[in-house]
Amino acid sequence: MDTRVPLLSVESLGVEFRTRGGIVHALEDISFSVGKGETVGIVGESGSGQSVLFYAVLGILDAAGRITGGRAVFGGLDLVRASAPELEEIRGREAAMIFQNPRVALNPIRKVGHQIEDVLARHTSTPSADLRRRAIEALASVRIPDPERRYHAYPFELSGGLCQRIMIAIALACTPSLLVADEPTTGLDVTTQAAVMDLIGELARQRNMATVLITHDLGLAAEHCDRIVVMHAGHVVETAPTAELFAHPRHPYTARLIATTPHAGSDLRSLAAIPGYLPDLRRSDLPACRFSERCERAEPACGERPLARLDAGGVHSVACRSPL
Amino acid sequence: MIDDTQPLLQVEQVRKLFPLKTAGSLVPLRAARRTALLHAVDGVDLSIGRGESVGLVGESGCGKSTLVRLITRTLDPTEGSIRFRGEDIGGIPASRFARVPQRKLIQMVFQDPTDSLNPRYTARDTIAEPLRLLGNLSGTALSDRIEAIAALVQMPRELLGRFPHQLSGGQKARVGIARAVALEPSLLILDEPTAALDVSVQAVILHLLADLREKLGMSYLFVSHDLNIVRLLCDRVMVMYLGRIVESGPARQVFEAPRHPYTRALLSAIPGLGGEASRRIRLEGDPTSPVDPDPGRCRFHGRCPKGQDACTRSSPSLVQMAPGHAVACHFPESA
Repeated sequence: MDTRVPLLSVESLGVEFRTRGGIVHALEDISFSVGKGETVGIVGESGSGQSVLFYAVLGILDAAGRITGGRAVFGGLDLVRASAPELEEIRGREAAMIFQNPRVALNPIRKVGHQIEDVLARHTSTPSADLRRRAIEALASVRIPDPERRYHAYPFELSGGLCQRIMIAIALACTPSLLVADEPTTGLDVTTQAAVMDLIGELARQRNMATVLITHDLGLAAEHCDRIVVMHAGHVVETAPTAELFAHPRHPYTARLIATTPHAGSDLRSLAAIPGYLPDLRRSDLPACRFSERCERAEPACGERPLARLDAGGVHSVACRSPL
Repeated sequence: MIDDTQPLLQVEQVRKLFPLKTAGSLVPLRAARRTALLHAVDGVDLSIGRGESVGLVGESGCGKSTLVRLITRTLDPTEGSIRFRGEDIGGIPASRFARVPQRKLIQMVFQDPTDSLNPRYTARDTIAEPLRLLGNLSGTALSDRIEAIAALVQMPRELLGRFPHQLSGGQKARVGIARAVALEPSLLILDEPTAALDVSVQAVILHLLADLREKLGMSYLFVSHDLNIVRLLCDRVMVMYLGRIVESGPARQVFEAPRHPYTRALLSAIPGLGGEASRRIRLEGDPTSPVDPDPGRCRFHGRCPKGQDACTRSSPSLVQMAPGHAVACHFPESA
């Protein structure tokens, strides 16, 4: 394990949203870290708060959201307390994010080449005469065929896989040290998904860039991540190196998640569902363990605070009173 | 007369070509060169037996959806025949198909339950619509039937009065399935029915679909690019590439010993829980254009890891390699 200072270290982060229906306790006591050059997967059902977590870390929560406490230290700076100009300097240059559905995330009425130039002009001191050349280089670096011609393309003229490559080119234009990829391949074909993921992995290795992969596809996380953080209903329930997590899941939710994922060799009978739903995060009587109402191992004590946290040997930690 | 010895659905050499508007159409049409044709479905044979579940897989743009639209008769084929229970339905114009008796026997479950449900219809209205229009039910017979179907798809009765936005993803998927099975069709076409669902719900819906097929004796045509799911639910698989079937065979055989290089690449692209990224076969580049493809060369050539000169000289046709297992490749993998 990397004993040096991690690139990103999130400690006890909490986020809530004020809505007409009450306060949504979206994230509670989130702690994890990402080392330099490491690839970390954040997995869980949709609604578990994976995206909100990184919106909070990068300071792009929407107006209803509020960080209730904790720290997110990135390169020595606590992003939770950083000023807006400081965050603007970091976003795009030091930490970049790519979103699911690239067609929505790209500006539909601006040429993709110009969208890359925008980032370069904002965050680097590239002379304006060189912008075009640098943008074309960025397109070539994500292996877009015929970059000079594609420089002039609008997003609607490109396939989903090419749009996602453009997003990656924009995100990597300033060689950030952290890339957050939020479901980067949802909606893409398996073959395109494989190509996009290989590309992200290769560029990350070349640049020693840390990558956070937010996904609900355990297979994808298994293939591409060094370490996995499992989230459920706004809690981190388990963190472990990838091979260890799949070989010996300790949290009942992780084990359930693995059992619901179809894979080569599974049959329909062995495919189990996870009973119940994510709890309503607006409730004021949320149990300490938010999985306890869906868990067959739950005991009355599971509802009582504080949430149990066990160190399951070195880098493996699990938030469960009676782990597997 | 219904002939029971025939397959439920038999599609033979069906083609669908879409004419494209050529650029510079200000030139008088006669002077312009021949209109370019997009070969969406280009000579496909497909048969589905009674009670059989067939998977249709391939990348987006390969013609899966066009083929489905031809079978559901919302689109007219350019050539070829489509026989359903022995009767030719390919010749009935799509515009008239809603009024023929076969219409209610072919039903479809759509990809995204949020997009395919009317937001102003309650679950009850949605399930009632096919029963009213094609089943001629009304009054208590109608409401009894709706409740029976809700029970069949394991949907609590109290949810019938809800609108789509008041239902969870899994419940919306159940409404979409209930609407499709309401008339007890003999052929159910499922277009990526679990793509929009979370893994935790996906398993429940897959079990439901397997149960329904058994209970109602339906045949399934399961369209998906998630091969892991096709493997779980299908007896037979057909792999489509640029308008053609490149491999078809028993699901087990195709998944365990794929013979076409494209099938192998597709299978190896599925992320596995074992983390086997290194064994992946990479496909370079994009598929060739489906507009006026060269009939004299293999359409997979250029992306194919095994492509040779012979592949540019003739287009391979489907050849039976083992009972029920056919491959269209000049250099198939050995079993």
